[in-house]
Amino acid sequence: MLEDKDRIFTNLYGLHDPGLAAAKKRGAWNGTAEFMALGDEWIVEQIKASGLRGRGGAGFPTGLKWSFMPKEVGERPHYLVVNADESEPGTCKDRDMMRHDPHLLIEGCLIASFAMRAHACYIYLRGEYIDERIALQKAIDEAYAAGLVGKNACGSGYDFDVFVHHGAGAYICGEETALLESLEGKKGQPRLKPPFPANAGLYGCPTTVNNVESIAVTPTILRRGAGWFSGFGRPGNAGTKVFCISGHVNTPCNVEEEMSIPLKTLIEKHAGGVIGGWDNLKAIIPGGSSVPCLPKDICDDVLMDFDALKEHKSGLGTAAVIVMDQSTDMVRAITRLAYFYKHESCGQCTPCREGTGWMWRVLTRMCEGKAQMSEIDMLLDVSQEIEGHTICALGDAAAWPVQGLIRHFRHEIEDKITSYRADKSIHAVAAE
Amino acid sequence: MSARHLAKDQPASFAFSKEGESQAKYWIAKYPKDKQRSAVIPLLWIAQKDNDGWVSEPAMRVIGDRLGMAYIRVLEVATFYTMFKLEPVGEHLIQVCGTTPCMLRGSGDLIKVCKSKIGAKNTVSADGKFTWEEVECLGACVNAPMVQISNASGDAYYEDLDAASMEKLLDDLAAGRKVKLGPQNSRKSSEPLGGALTLSDKSLFDGSRAKKIKIPNAPKGAAKAKAAKPTPKKTTLIADGKKAVAKAPAAKTVAKPVPAAKTSKPKLLKAARKGVADDLTRISGVGPKIEGVLHKLGVFHFDQIAVWKKAEVDWVDEQLKFKGRIGREKWIAQAKKLAKEAGK
Repeated sequence: MLEDKDRIFTNLYGLHDPGLAAAKKRGAWNGTAEFMALGDEWIVEQIKASGLRGRGGAGFPTGLKWSFMPKEVGERPHYLVVNADESEPGTCKDRDMMRHDPHLLIEGCLIASFAMRAHACYIYLRGEYIDERIALQKAIDEAYAAGLVGKNACGSGYDFDVFVHHGAGAYICGEETALLESLEGKKGQPRLKPPFPANAGLYGCPTTVNNVESIAVTPTILRRGAGWFSGFGRPGNAGTKVFCISGHVNTPCNVEEEMSIPLKTLIEKHAGGVIGGWDNLKAIIPGGSSVPCLPKDICDDVLMDFDALKEHKSGLGTAAVIVMDQSTDMVRAITRLAYFYKHESCGQCTPCREGTGWMWRVLTRMCEGKAQMSEIDMLLDVSQEIEGHTICALGDAAAWPVQGLIRHFRHEIEDKITSYRADKSIHAVAAE
Repeated sequence: MSARHLAKDQPASFAFSKEGESQAKYWIAKYPKDKQRSAVIPLLWIAQKDNDGWVSEPAMRVIGDRLGMAYIRVLEVATFYTMFKLEPVGEHLIQVCGTTPCMLRGSGDLIKVCKSKIGAKNTVSADGKFTWEEVECLGACVNAPMVQISNASGDAYYEDLDAASMEKLLDDLAAGRKVKLGPQNSRKSSEPLGGALTLSDKSLFDGSRAKKIKIPNAPKGAAKAKAAKPTPKKTTLIADGKKAVAKAPAAKTVAKPVPAAKTSKPKLLKAARKGVADDLTRISGVGPKIEGVLHKLGVFHFDQIAVWKKAEVDWVDEQLKFKGRIGREKWIAQAKKLAKEAGK
């Protein structure tokens, strides 16, 4: 169990002042210039040694990602782009960091940009986060006024500018290349990779895109030491993590906990337990809507980290835990997600554009039981045709929840079909 | 994908308001010189605010001209992003999040309230006050169910709703009463209902985190040199009482107070120069504990130790009760080498 003294986001709930003076008192901006004085390579080494894996869903090692940036700045400037387009259903952690602990993020932007030899950083917020955008801009203005960013940031001799940008309600812009397209003033349609952003990203320049949480934890990692951070969680799953616990729990909340915490402990300790008790649990989506759901028997003892969830064919994703109790109609719950992906597909790749709509329509019929038993396998088959056949991972993200439903709750679909037919006794007899 | 089209009835022209104009300039200035197209989303958003909550076709032309974009490119963006409303909306635009996390917590009830109080979705209510729609995840899932309401005073989240509080919210808005933003129950933000269970440790907030820290894993030599770079000035550290140095014999007594003539106090500092101390533990024989004592005495840098004379070594020996360890472990030679590295 994580102790308060080891929590990075000490103002997660906004119970204290998010302003600069109070943030400094909580430890933000402590030692920033000294870290920079130790050099970009040292910073990258520390982040690598800390075992930090990206907090935006894919879990790619952050330090390694930083090291992909060209060693020398050529004609093209380097950019850091912070992905604050938090739209994965179930996820609302970056929001709290931006409105309540913005200085940790801004400090992280400076350190990360310095480590990648970038002099400018864009923070791309989802369009709906308007209060968060205002709060973050306020903190940036404070940092400029105090000389922490801008020319000669923190007195380090390094010039650094940070800008806030916003989207306008497209989930796909959370995909890094779609985000870059959007930031360039275009439709958010993902780019083919390669070239990877570290080679040709924003405006064709070397760019690294990182999640808000990945960036915001870096100053504290440098302050407390890579060993401190990697001391939490199992090997390969280091650190602390902000979990979002939503759905059928008594007290939904965000909370920063140690990686590899048992899922059951997380829910019972912090979210007041499942409504009606643990035995009333039906299923949990452990990492945001894109990862397959897990039935209760797996939830009983699964650990919340990348590797443990992968073993159960799910994923940690953004660590957004969506809890569903026995009252939940699993088919309807997943159908609603299928609608979400249909709505958010950018329309670029045919398997996704057509497939997400097809899956949603079939699932909608299945909610009523108006389907053939054979369509369950067909649905599974189509989901596998979408998965891996698109430019970006939205196709996969749309397919996985459906696959999770069929893997663990096939009987619920079958029951619906059976009972729908049972009501129509004449047809049932006629079909015999 | 969502198919979206322009409204049939369009105004003849569009111009930014004065406030909108200055906002537009502010956004355009954020991007590199020939990359001003990046500002298209912010400008469309400003245009929407300046046009009672929806984007008109003339506004897209104005923005295209302003940013040097073909009109079709602006249209592409405006129709792609769902926050741009392409048809007139009511005074209050109610966006009910309907995605699974909100659905599990009862967004269906909120939708029923909207239907009964406002009418069909995506239409303006008879009195022109409301439009409601179901939208995809708004990213406030631990405060579900929730809505975002956009009107002349801004775009705010209203969270932790239920049918009763939703009805009250709509009534208050219709009557022009002041409404509470954020969670509609006793929560402040995303903490558990009833109060936060974490982050109660007072030491997080009492300023102890702002104290000077010793950087963990600081590298050897080279990086310290970088740290020291901005302050090349050294000197001023030369020990006083030079004459005592030569005469001073090895201090052999520890129990008795040593006469002042035999030892000599080295030059000490009140604090590390520029607030950055050297990592004294790099001297073999100095651990974190001894380093702490040295700091207390006023020794922070290698170059301080490097210039110690015999009498000063004896003085430090006494303070630390080391009995000749400084000489045995060749601290001064080590410090000279480290100071040289740091000076590069």
